[in-house]
Amino acid sequence: MATANDPIISVSNLTVGFGERLVLNGLNLDVRRGEILGFVGASGAGKSVLTRTIIGLMPKRSGRIEVMGVDLDTVGEEGRREIERRWGVLFQHGALFSSLSVRENIQFPVRELMNLSDRVLDEMTYAKLTMVGLKPEVADRYPSQLSGGMIKRVALARALALDPEIVFLDEPTSGLDPIGAGDFDDLVRTLQRTLGLTVFMVTHDLDSLYTACDRIAVLGDGKVIAVGTMDDMLASRHPWLQSYFHGKRARGLIKSGRS
Amino acid sequence: MGKTHSMAVEAKPALDQATYSDGVALRASGPWTARNAPSLEQLVLVAEKIAVGKGRVLIDVSRVSNLDTFGAWFIERLRRNFAKPGLEPRIMGLSDNYSTLFEEVRKVQEPPPVAKERVTPFVLLDRIGRAIAGTGNILVGLSAMFGALMVATWWVIRHPRSFRFTSLVHHIEQTGWRAVPIILLITFLIGCIITQQGIFHFSKFGAGVFVVDMLGVLVLRELGVLIVAIMIAGRSGSSYTAELGSMKMREEIDALRTMGFDPIEVLILPRVLALMIALPMLTFLGDITALWGGGLVAQFYGGMQPAAFLSRLREVITIDHFIVGMVKAPFMALLIGMVACVEGLAVEGSSESLGQHTTASVVYSIFLVIVLDGVFAIFFASIGM
Repeated sequence: MATANDPIISVSNLTVGFGERLVLNGLNLDVRRGEILGFVGASGAGKSVLTRTIIGLMPKRSGRIEVMGVDLDTVGEEGRREIERRWGVLFQHGALFSSLSVRENIQFPVRELMNLSDRVLDEMTYAKLTMVGLKPEVADRYPSQLSGGMIKRVALARALALDPEIVFLDEPTSGLDPIGAGDFDDLVRTLQRTLGLTVFMVTHDLDSLYTACDRIAVLGDGKVIAVGTMDDMLASRHPWLQSYFHGKRARGLIKSGRS
Repeated sequence: MGKTHSMAVEAKPALDQATYSDGVALRASGPWTARNAPSLEQLVLVAEKIAVGKGRVLIDVSRVSNLDTFGAWFIERLRRNFAKPGLEPRIMGLSDNYSTLFEEVRKVQEPPPVAKERVTPFVLLDRIGRAIAGTGNILVGLSAMFGALMVATWWVIRHPRSFRFTSLVHHIEQTGWRAVPIILLITFLIGCIITQQGIFHFSKFGAGVFVVDMLGVLVLRELGVLIVAIMIAGRSGSSYTAELGSMKMREEIDALRTMGFDPIEVLILPRVLALMIALPMLTFLGDITALWGGGLVAQFYGGMQPAAFLSRLREVITIDHFIVGMVKAPFMALLIGMVACVEGLAVEGSSESLGQHTTASVVYSIFLVIVLDGVFAIFFASIGM
């Protein structure tokens, strides 16, 4: 699907650390426009740290982050906000505002930035809910009344509220049953195709990597140790990749996928 | 705004109207995207009012430079607006990229309208009635909590080893020891103020010495314990509610239950007991400090020597007054602790609920402490203390 190979996110020589410990050490990564990039690595390797650094929730020690051709260090407050409107973030646990209804959650970013009538806001809410596979009736429920899968979907609808160009997904399928997770993968695929999204997905789910992702990047020792398609990963000799993609949990999947 | 790189040339979206052989043609052009949503809405609102008569509507989107969900929805809204049986509007010039987006938008259904409750006087009365009846719930909750506490106490008496002694000490430190500075400060000031006012007004008719009587009775019987209880309700009651409430939200209390522990025994009994131990101690400190503050003001503002103040105090204030004040303290502590825990366990999923119950905890416990004080006043009057 990648129409052009120009990177929409370009991270170079990124170093991030807590105190003495360096979590990311000279990391380089390009995300191409219109692709779904799966980002894997051992627990605690710093996958979420990279996501949080790119979206500006964590300070970096050194390095350069360019998003949509703009260096986030030099762009200033105004420009940064301009960029932030053009990406959406799905947090691991949804991070829905618990005191707002689903409708208010989805409308929140739109309401803040644009002067639209209630009618259009409602119509857009229903459109986004339909896109993420929920019934419009859900709009008046509160997050505490939703199941885990619904929370993820509503959170995705909120991340998509402003029709962003990039979506960051932090473990989108964790905590979902295999059917729900499969549906979610299909959903991400469909949305990427229809809206031309670029998706940056942190995940542990081998199924997601296999069915949804165009390319996979692997994090190890604070660096990206491999980037490529699923086939590249399977062919790699790197010991960690070997055990990850040829481990017990992967075997059945790869076999059924291959045959 | 607008000086970023990619937005160098900002084209405006447009919707032009033309007639063609069959009816009316609407030509959309420019970027139909979220960024332009407000102007798109205006365009669509105007276009929707066009009288098309019997003709068919043609929507030409071939000159749209960018399209996203917002743009697609506005086109879809136009299409739905002009849809007539047998005469569906035609959408022309749709590129392959965008046709899947249109398919998605086409699926959008508005939910069936939910009948809104109309506010009539009857509805208002109903709400008031429910709200009043609702306040009774706290009393039901309190008696349930009291019963549960009794059960837990009985269990602990029979199985002393299961008692959480560490937790008790921790909570005594939190609610007792750490509250000492603020309690000392407040009661000192209260003692000073009462004495100053007393001296100022009593000395007008030469009864300055009676200020000691007033100070002693007021502080030892009522104010000392009441001020301390109100402070503790605000300080520790609220923190109990918030702690238990967030534990409830994160299913920690359910986790305890599944492991075979009784949350009342593990979480609530040590907290309530800690409060019942801490509050009398704080009341004692508060009483002494208030008397000391009063004595200082009597000496420096009223010119009464400390020896005279003390001998007058000893003369008119019997131990009864002190006992009356101290007896009330543990009961008030029990009440504050129970209200705080009932409210904490009533917290539901949202952070808003946590806030509401924390507020309710403080408001109810202060109110109930004052009511309890009144009940005690009647009781002590009838037994002649």
